[in-house]
Amino acid sequence: MEDSVSKQPSKDTEASKLERWASIISGGALVLGGLQQRSLRGILMAAAGGSLAYQGVQKKSTLKQVGEAVGIEKTILVEKTVTINRPAAELYSFWRQFDNLPKFMRHVKSVQVHDAQHSHWVANAPLDQSIEWDAVIVDDQPDRLIAWTSTDDAEVNHSGFVRFQPATGDRGTEVKVVMEYELPGGAVAAAIAKLFGEEPEQQIGDDLSRFKQLMETGEIATTDGQPKGA
Amino acid sequence: MKAVCWHGTHDVRVDTVPDPTILNPRDAIIKVTSTAICGSDLHLYDGFIPTMQSGDILGHEFMGEVVETGPGVTNLKQGDRVVVPFTISCGSCFFCERDLWSLCDNSNPNAWMAEKFYGHSPSGLFGYSHLLGGYAGGQAEYVRVPFADVGPLKVPDGLSDEQVLFLTDIFPTGYMAAENCDIEPGDTVAVWGCGPVGQFAIRSAFMLGAERVIAIDRVPERLALAQAGGAEILNYEEIDPGEALKEMTGGRGPDSCIDSVGMEAHGTGPISLYDTVKQAVRLESDRPQVLRQAIAACRKGGRVSVPGVYGGFIDKVPMGAFVNKALTMRSGQTHVHKYLRPLLERVQKGEIDPSFLITHRLPLEEAPRAYKIFRDKEDNCIKVVLKPFAAAV
Repeated sequence: MEDSVSKQPSKDTEASKLERWASIISGGALVLGGLQQRSLRGILMAAAGGSLAYQGVQKKSTLKQVGEAVGIEKTILVEKTVTINRPAAELYSFWRQFDNLPKFMRHVKSVQVHDAQHSHWVANAPLDQSIEWDAVIVDDQPDRLIAWTSTDDAEVNHSGFVRFQPATGDRGTEVKVVMEYELPGGAVAAAIAKLFGEEPEQQIGDDLSRFKQLMETGEIATTDGQPKGA
Repeated sequence: MKAVCWHGTHDVRVDTVPDPTILNPRDAIIKVTSTAICGSDLHLYDGFIPTMQSGDILGHEFMGEVVETGPGVTNLKQGDRVVVPFTISCGSCFFCERDLWSLCDNSNPNAWMAEKFYGHSPSGLFGYSHLLGGYAGGQAEYVRVPFADVGPLKVPDGLSDEQVLFLTDIFPTGYMAAENCDIEPGDTVAVWGCGPVGQFAIRSAFMLGAERVIAIDRVPERLALAQAGGAEILNYEEIDPGEALKEMTGGRGPDSCIDSVGMEAHGTGPISLYDTVKQAVRLESDRPQVLRQAIAACRKGGRVSVPGVYGGFIDKVPMGAFVNKALTMRSGQTHVHKYLRPLLERVQKGEIDPSFLITHRLPLEEAPRAYKIFRDKEDNCIKVVLKPFAAAV
């Protein structure tokens, strides 16, 4: 398979992508507004540069190429920020331990950590199905940022980053999550679209609320299991 | 256990439901010895608060005995007698740390719903719609209390349930309403609504140094109780309160105005009819008759304090008067945790005995009748206390 990225005409040079990445991870502006039509994944890949861990990621899966060919490709892009009343270092450490994520991410069933860079993700899908992919960390800045993307062979191209930025005036840490799912079409796309429903922002927002609750109070607020009249 | 459940507009029933259990480490289970019906429960009863579900257990004014604690609760033990704030607060978020307990970031599991309505979510409340958490309430034999290491206050020996029960909501609510008036010596405070919150607002205004309080209602026994609390009274069905307030304050208007009526205000005249019709067909969620009067009556540079419950949108707010008279408006669900201890001290010192308000004491089983007489102000009803274990009382 050829490297399809290199064949695509692009206004973005790798250098400009890197510049954008630098501004994304330090800026206060809306990330998705700045991305416009560009792919988060593209910028993340540029950020990863020539790192060995990253080899092969730029190839597109066959499924994705098929999806593009028949024009049913769908991208879900989400950006959500929450302020958490804990130090950035503590939040980063908890998140960086990926097997903690299912504690507050409702749709993530498990994350298996293979090594410092690689992990295997399993998400719940409708009808007792699950969707799995391998992810690789492409940028890791302690107490500040974790960025990841799915590997080449994943059915679902998933990329994202979480950024921890101290809020002004002792107001805790602003935690921003930006995620992108490039759906290849077909059954898997339908399952993921259903997984996220009409409003992926709300689901990511709920996950972040639960993260906040866990970090600020040690538990996640619930009414599941309380009594109710018939 | 027995619990008072909402099944629809004007349909509350005493159902047998499973006992509550500990769901989170910081939970406690309380055996309820006394619980009250709040005026704000009537907004649920009348079907004006969205996101209620059939079977929801009502009640947010309750107290009782600790029967079980989760592993995260070390300050309470079995048998402790506690009053429980109606607002559920974590104690560690930005807002709780700043004494803004009813704005707790972490206690509403349905925050997304409230965010759609309000932009941001307030704290969860007991028994007050899914929008505000969907927590089972305390008009029941037992209730689960989240963040029990933060909210419940142990009651010192020697105080009866009836003396401390209203620390859970209406006393702090009336007190915060008065505090929001920034009362200065010589001030006159007008209070719309002589229901339970209004009664506490009247007494709190005096505690905080008001020289005069003018109370407005139309129910004779409520006006009489306001008068007993030291207020001058106005019956709005007999006299236009706007004119009267101006005359009674030398043309200046009251320094502060408290709306302790909220979304289901009654009034007279065409604007009142307009609200009733619009609310009935759901074009307007709330009837803001009192709020309009308060803004119109308030002196220039004065304060409008709103403890009354509003849930949604209102029409015809006299914004021109508000701006050109440079008024300040303050509101919010009550930061109960902030007021529990200081108000308990006032009760202990004998400055106030909150039980003056109670007109009806009934077993829990009679809740459906209690809701009806409270709503219709039958039998001179001002405040109902329900006893879930009546035989033991």
